[in-house]
Amino acid sequence: MNIILATTLVIAVIGICVGAGLVFTGKKFAVEVDEREVAVRSKLPGNNCGACGYAGCDALAAAIAKGEAPVNACPVGGAAVAEAIGDIMGTRAGAMERKVAFVACKGTCDVTHNQGNYIGIKDCRAAVMAGINITDCNYGCLGFGSCVDVCPEQAISIRNGVAVVNRNRCVSCGLCAKTCPRGLITLIPESRIIRVQCSNKDKGPQVKKVCTAGCIGCGLCAKQCEFDAIEFDGTLARINPDKCTLCGKCAAKCPVKAITTTAV
Amino acid sequence: MRNTFRGGVHPEERKELSREARLRLFDPKGEMVFPLQQHIGKPAKPLVQRGDEVLTGQKIAEADGFVSAHIYSSCSGKVKAIEKRRVLGGGMIDCIVIDNDGQFTPFADFTQKESASHLSNDDIINRVQEAGIVGLGGAGFPTHVKLKPKDPDAIQYIIANGAECEPYLTCNDQLMRTQSTAIAEGLELVLRLFPNAEGVICIEDNKPEAIHAMQIAVSGKPKIRVQEMITKYPQGGERSLIQAVTGVDFPISKLPADVGCIVQNVGTLYAIQRAVLYHEPLFSQCFTVSGDAVKEPGNFFVRVGTSYAELLEECGGIKDECKAAKALAGGPMMGVAIGSLDIPIQKQNNGLTVMAEDPVEDAEKLMTACLHCGRCTTVCPVGLMPQLMADAAIAGDLARYEKKLYGLECIQCGSCTFICPAKRPLMQVFKQAKAEITAAKKREGGNQK
Repeated sequence: MNIILATTLVIAVIGICVGAGLVFTGKKFAVEVDEREVAVRSKLPGNNCGACGYAGCDALAAAIAKGEAPVNACPVGGAAVAEAIGDIMGTRAGAMERKVAFVACKGTCDVTHNQGNYIGIKDCRAAVMAGINITDCNYGCLGFGSCVDVCPEQAISIRNGVAVVNRNRCVSCGLCAKTCPRGLITLIPESRIIRVQCSNKDKGPQVKKVCTAGCIGCGLCAKQCEFDAIEFDGTLARINPDKCTLCGKCAAKCPVKAITTTAV
Repeated sequence: MRNTFRGGVHPEERKELSREARLRLFDPKGEMVFPLQQHIGKPAKPLVQRGDEVLTGQKIAEADGFVSAHIYSSCSGKVKAIEKRRVLGGGMIDCIVIDNDGQFTPFADFTQKESASHLSNDDIINRVQEAGIVGLGGAGFPTHVKLKPKDPDAIQYIIANGAECEPYLTCNDQLMRTQSTAIAEGLELVLRLFPNAEGVICIEDNKPEAIHAMQIAVSGKPKIRVQEMITKYPQGGERSLIQAVTGVDFPISKLPADVGCIVQNVGTLYAIQRAVLYHEPLFSQCFTVSGDAVKEPGNFFVRVGTSYAELLEECGGIKDECKAAKALAGGPMMGVAIGSLDIPIQKQNNGLTVMAEDPVEDAEKLMTACLHCGRCTTVCPVGLMPQLMADAAIAGDLARYEKKLYGLECIQCGSCTFICPAKRPLMQVFKQAKAEITAAKKREGGNQK
C-alpha cells in the first residue's frame, strides 16, 4: 500500500513540476505571431506559384506583414486581393491593372515555313540548342510549347504553330516569359491591346523572305501616331503602353498587319 | 598497358567509302565567308574594311584577348561586306565576306622551309598564336593557350590524337598516311616545350596504313612512339585517350594538364609544323565528304570559308537514284545536323556526311520507357549513370543532376543514346540540362557582381 502511495505522490510531484516548467517556458519563449500575417495569408490565392519572387504564399504574407513587400505584390491575385490586403495592413493599394501574357509573334504555319525537319525532344529550349534553325525566322515562335508545359493554369495553347494566350485564364505569373528561349512573351496591362506582334529584328527584305506577317520596319506606324507612342529603331516598331491611347491608327496603316487590335 | 578505355560502343564505321581517296587541295570559285568566331573564346576583331583587297594568307581579323584566335583569308580578292551570315549551328554571326578572284595569290612565300634549331620555346608558341591555330579535332580551343599550362615540367605525355573514332571520317587517316613526317616534326616542336614529356601518337587499329606510315616517320626519334588503339567509339575523346595511354582512370572535374597530359589532334600538329617552319597561317585543314548519298566521297585540304554546298558539288553532288535525307557537319555521332548547305566551313570543322536515309527518323515513334537495363552506364566512357541523370534532368532536379550525378562531366559523345534499346534521347536531354545549369550559373555570377 505504501508503495502505491509513494509512487502516486512522486508522479504527482513530477507532474506538477513539469507542468509549472511548461507554463513558465511557454510564457518566457512565446513566439509573437503577427495576426496580420495570418489574415494576409488567408487572402492570398495559395497556389504557391512564386511569381511574386518569394518562396510561396506564406513567405509573401510574412514579407507583407513586416512591410517588406507592397500590398499589391501578388500578381496572381490582382486588384481584388491587393485591396483586401490593403484593408488588413491599413494602407491603400494603388490602382493596379491586371497583366496578361502576350506572345509577340504571329508567324503561323500559313505565313512562315519550317526550314529543317527537326527530330528530337519536343521542347523549344532543346530545339534552339539543336542548332539547325527550325523556323525560317530566327526570332519567331517555334511552336513546341515549352510555355504550354510550364503554365500552371493551362492558359496557353499552340494554335497553327504559334503560342496563343487565353487572357481569361492567365494569372500573370510570368513563368512562360521566363521559359521562352526566344523571349517572345511579355506581361502587358490587360487593356493595352494594341501591340506589334512580331519580334524579327532583321531588315525589311529579309523579313519578307521568311514571313508574310512580320514587321518590315517601314515606319509607317510611327509616322501615323499622334502621341509619339511608337518607338521605332529602324527594323522593328515597339509601342510604348504608357503613351498609347488605343486609337488604332497605326494598326490600320500597317501594310503587313503586324499590329494587333484585338484581345488575343 | 591498356590500349583502350572503359566503356564505349561500336557503331558501324563506314570508312571504306572514302578511306582510299587521296587528300587534295580544293580551290573554290564562289564567295568566301569567314565567321569572326571560329574558336572558343571571344570573337576576333576585323582588320579589313569593305572594298579592301586581300591576299591568301593575309590576316583579316585579329584575336581579341588571350583566349581568342586570329583569322586569315584563304583566298585572294576583294572584301565584299562585313555582315551577319548564317553559320553552322543556326545562328547569325558577323562574318567577313570576300569576293574570291580565283587566283589565290599568296600573301607571302609559304614554301621555304626554315630550320627550327635556333628557335626558342617562346618563338614556337608565338608563331602558333600568330598563325591563329585552334584545336582541329572539333572543339576549336585556341592551341597557344593549351601549350601554356601552369607547370610545363609536370607534363608527362603529349598525345597526338589520330584515333579518328567518328564513323565515316577518314581525313586524319589520309593525313597521317601522306604527311607523316610533317606530323612527327610538329610533335617534336611541341615536345621541345615540355622537357619531361613523351610523345605518343594514338591511332585506332582499323588504320594499319597510317600506323605503318607513322612508325616509319618516328623511327630514330627516341621520345616519340606510336600506340595502337582498339577501335572503339569514343576512343578519340580527350579523356578516353588519356585513360588508354596512362592506364589510370581520368579523375572527374580535372583538366588533362592536371594529370600531366596534353592532347593535340594530328591535324593541329600538322598546322603547327606549317606555322613554325613555313610561317604559314591556318587557312586550310583536312576535311572528309562522305555518306551513302554522295557520288564520289573524298578527302580534301579545304580552305576555310568554302561553302558546304560548293564542296559537295565538287564530290559530284548527290547520287541520282537517292535523295539526301540528312546532312551532318562532322560524323553521325558527334556531328551537327545542317538545315541549309549554304554555310561556310570553319577552322574546326572536319567533315560533311550526307545520308540517303535519316537514321533517326523513327526514333521518336519507337521511343519507350526506360527498361533499366543499365547498358548506358556500361558504355559511358566517363563512368556516369545516364539513366539516373536523365530522370533527374527531366524532373527538373538540376541540383541532383549536377551535384550527385556529376552531370556536367558528360562529354556528349552520344554512346548512351546509341546503345539505348528504349531509344531515349539521353544525350539531347543532357545537353539541355548542362546548358540550363551553365546559364543559371552565369546569372548568379552576374547578380553577385
